[in-house]
Amino acid sequence: MHQFLQQIFSGLAAGSIYASLALALVMIYRATDLVNFAQGEMAMFSTYIAWTLVNAGLPFWLAFLITLAVSFAGGMIIERVVIRPVENAPVLAAVVVTIGLLLIFNSVAGWIYSYTVQDFPSPFPDRPVFGALMTTRDLGVIGVTLLMLVLLFAFFRYTPVGLAMRAAAQNPASARLCGIRVGRMLAIGWGLAAMIGATAGVMVAPVLFLDPNMMGGVLIYAFAGALLGGITSPIGAVVGGLIVGVTENLVGTYLIASQLKLTVAFALIILVLVFRPNGLFGTAVVRRV
Amino acid sequence: MAPILELRSLRAFYGQSEVVHGIDVAVEDGGMTVLLGANGAGKTTTLRALCGMVRREGEILFAGKELHRRSTEDIASLGVGHVPEGRGTFVGLTVEENLRLGGYLKPRQSPEAVERMYGYFPILAQRRRQQAGALSGGEQQMLAIARALMMAPRLLVLDEPSFGLAPRVVESIFGIVERIRREQKVSVLLVEQNANLALELADHAYLIETGYVVASGSAKSLADDPQIRRSYLGY
Repeated sequence: MHQFLQQIFSGLAAGSIYASLALALVMIYRATDLVNFAQGEMAMFSTYIAWTLVNAGLPFWLAFLITLAVSFAGGMIIERVVIRPVENAPVLAAVVVTIGLLLIFNSVAGWIYSYTVQDFPSPFPDRPVFGALMTTRDLGVIGVTLLMLVLLFAFFRYTPVGLAMRAAAQNPASARLCGIRVGRMLAIGWGLAAMIGATAGVMVAPVLFLDPNMMGGVLIYAFAGALLGGITSPIGAVVGGLIVGVTENLVGTYLIASQLKLTVAFALIILVLVFRPNGLFGTAVVRRV
Repeated sequence: MAPILELRSLRAFYGQSEVVHGIDVAVEDGGMTVLLGANGAGKTTTLRALCGMVRREGEILFAGKELHRRSTEDIASLGVGHVPEGRGTFVGLTVEENLRLGGYLKPRQSPEAVERMYGYFPILAQRRRQQAGALSGGEQQMLAIARALMMAPRLLVLDEPSFGLAPRVVESIFGIVERIRREQKVSVLLVEQNANLALELADHAYLIETGYVVASGSAKSLADDPQIRRSYLGY
């Protein structure tokens, strides 16, 4: 029983990282109807920026904040430069662009930082707490992720810009008539998604160790989480990510070899697509004519 | 009185094909002008061209500004409140959020403006927390008009507000528009299929056929024209 609970809690820690990245995917999907395959590699690149800053002697949290700011700006620039030209292109063209971005980020990171695996400092000590049910590191990761999610939901729910972003995603033509600059809202959306990804990368790097391929597996779990929750639902992404984290951990401990854990994510993706394409929360809005 | 809006040889396009072939339309300051015409005549396209939602050529002058050089967002910020065809409701957001979006450009006046709209449309106050997509057609039309009024426009552009609504609902909506026009000194450019009603309310009217203005003048003179009566008014 003790081991079972332990696995659930460490699953929640991993799941909160999948949840963050899944949320980044959902945000971009809602804003631009586009699955950003480069989300993981963008997060990896952000993590390298944090790593560089920490190695330069900056305190961890300062490096983290600077990384968030740089990632936000970077996400906006990517939207302006790379995504906007294919905004009205067929969806396949846009998908190819994000896959191209994935490859570019991966190779550029390999070129600058090499493919050597690097140690990444954890901001949290690694001590068991609650009768060894979980570690302070897990607790820290869950705490940071939760804080970010709460801030993000508050931003979308209570600020005028957040409301304008939701409006621009839902009905761009109408939003323009209200004077909302839809292009700017999309760019902010990409910036925020890059920022969320950066948080996920920095939180997961101490566990996975840093290398240019670090986020490949995480992105697949995040996809599974986003699809499970319903690709259009932010809350779904968070719940889906957590479920995937816990499932992956339990299955890897009790049912199959942990090397096969990624298979769970694929199986989940296929099951969701076959039996419940809208996911758990991805329901259509009410419409009466 | 000087016109607040003038369209001068305005042409509008969908892709390569020209749909509106150089029309001249004016709206008096504080007045109401109506564009009449059959389906597909180019009325909605004219309104879209006015707000930069389709490619256009020609001149659009609004309160001394050249709108034909500006983006949709800029045109909204200059004081054109456009209630688009199909109402443009943000169906997944609440009624109140829809209204706040209308006031996006004037955040400081927004809370009072929301209350003022609830005064004009009490039914919206009752539904303020509901998803806008769940409203009836008439309620959504009221919400769309209220959303456009939230930006305190000098010109209100209405694209077939009566579409698909019961006559009684249409009457009450036009009653409120008339009241707001007088109280807030808003000019109105209206596109309407219901020619009887529109000619009663408007001061000027233009009849548009296949992208050309084929008749124009005071609303009364058009209403008295025997040919227009036969084709559009049905008596």
